[in-house]
Amino acid sequence: MLNDPRELCARANSIRRRNLIMLNHAGLGHTGGDLSATDILATLYFSILNIDPQVPDKADRDRFILSKGHCSGVLYTTLAEAGFIPLAELDTFMQPLSRLNGHPNRNKVPGVETNTGALGHGLPVAIGTALAAKFDDATWRTFVLTGDGELQEGSNWEAAMAAAHYKLDDLVLIIDRNRLQQGDATERTMHLEPLADKWRAFGWSVREVDGHDHAVLLGTFRSVPFELGKPSCVIAHTYKGQGVSFIRDRAEWHHRVPSKDELTIALEELGDNGHDPAL
Amino acid sequence: MTQLFDCRDAFANALVSLARADRRIVTVVNDSIGSSKITNFGEEFPGRLVNVGIAEQNMVGIAAGLANGGKIPFVCAASCFLTARALEQIKVDVAYSNANVKLCGMSSGLAYGELGPTHHSIEDLAWTRAIANMTVIVPADPIETEQAICAAAHFKGPMFLRISRMPVPIIHATDYHFEIGRAACLREGNDITLIANGTVVIRALQAAMLLAERGVQARVLNLATVRPIDREAIVQAATQTSGIVTLEEHTIFGGLGSAVAEVVVTTHPVPMRILGIQGVFAPTGSAPWLLDYFGLTPIAIRDAALELIEARQPV
Repeated sequence: MLNDPRELCARANSIRRRNLIMLNHAGLGHTGGDLSATDILATLYFSILNIDPQVPDKADRDRFILSKGHCSGVLYTTLAEAGFIPLAELDTFMQPLSRLNGHPNRNKVPGVETNTGALGHGLPVAIGTALAAKFDDATWRTFVLTGDGELQEGSNWEAAMAAAHYKLDDLVLIIDRNRLQQGDATERTMHLEPLADKWRAFGWSVREVDGHDHAVLLGTFRSVPFELGKPSCVIAHTYKGQGVSFIRDRAEWHHRVPSKDELTIALEELGDNGHDPAL
Repeated sequence: MTQLFDCRDAFANALVSLARADRRIVTVVNDSIGSSKITNFGEEFPGRLVNVGIAEQNMVGIAAGLANGGKIPFVCAASCFLTARALEQIKVDVAYSNANVKLCGMSSGLAYGELGPTHHSIEDLAWTRAIANMTVIVPADPIETEQAICAAAHFKGPMFLRISRMPVPIIHATDYHFEIGRAACLREGNDITLIANGTVVIRALQAAMLLAERGVQARVLNLATVRPIDREAIVQAATQTSGIVTLEEHTIFGGLGSAVAEVVVTTHPVPMRILGIQGVFAPTGSAPWLLDYFGLTPIAIRDAALELIEARQPV
């Protein structure tokens, strides 16, 4: 478990570098959303989640559910950094017969809790895992990461009601609020705001944070549940493509991937933080 | 008069018995406690019944999550809403994720007769059997229902079961042993084969008696498991009898008849008749009346069989 936000920052940088190399190699992927969620995943996997890469299915593990399954790139890269899958396997991303499909598959990849890719599925499943823990008076927790555009799926709001109804304070929803979806800004496509008020009205305890500040993320995730008897909602304000100037905050990078030349510039921008000399 | 039974009673009793023996068994419903007849389950195990309200997508997703957390969830909901409204959750959260969830489609087929096509569930077998990893079971009477629910609890993996509310007689002997993936031969015969499941098995048996009066010995198979299908029983029927008539409380597009035909045409092609709902939304009428309306009377089944036999006679 990392306690120093600077170490988390180095981890996140390493994940970003590996991720971009992987996306360039595959020629496919979701660059923008991977980079917006990287700091959230790095913080969860290296400082928060009670998980064991040697026993990925241990019964009392914390559950992390990636509802925005199209960002499998950042999940695989994080799982590789955390020791769930070999780092070398990242080269197989989306290649024929690779375990690393464009969207995650729990039956193939250790550490994946449920298959996602269709949007609006993660939160209902997370309600189920959180309920199972409650039934058993267990202490493990459920963290689920959704996109923001994804919240246009009605199934999320069915689940939002249920989480509060069942007082699931062992459940933490993180919304990757990068304000962009596939085609355009969320607010031009289908209004989400006032987003925090919506979750509060549904009975959740809500905090809005900088989704790229590791110290803030660490403090936030360590203080759940925000209120006893209520599910916690973290609206993480992020930028699609965070970390690379020409990718950041641009809708066209939703599923564009860097060319060889773009990768070189991106890696220069990210800089070698000395975390892993192999990179 | 033959005594008739509502299979939901056998279903609910089996669930309570199983739950007493296994703490992992939970139920998930969409305000469908009464309509699934699981009031007793809720009274005995109040902490193990999750009522999500009228929200089928959430219901199925929650069931998948409960399975992830080590539970064995039985989702009990009207089949029309469970399968149509939550089909993507069934595909992704349950089947593709290979979650140990038992989807119990209550009051399936035409059971809600007069309420109309919004409440009919005559496409559920086509939808669920098309999905990889799914096991699909249609019990025919209370004896088979009880055994199928026990088998579901002990089977690890996604399953869809059709539980009707339409009264049916007991057709299986008390020593009947239900086995997933195995057809039951309810009547021997080598002239023609009638294959059915669920509420219309009794009609196949009645048609076989009418055929016997015409000197035709019909084999009657109860094909309770639609997926994985009993290929061996079907191939035997195709090779040993002169044709196959299927009947189902389902559209003829993609249901039991289609599943049988897929085996027949790729192994030992013989003439078939596929009886069921002929690809239309049903008119107003009670469930039994609608089955008659769509040609599932013993006489119509007999005549379809006789036509098949006549068509095979050399001119």
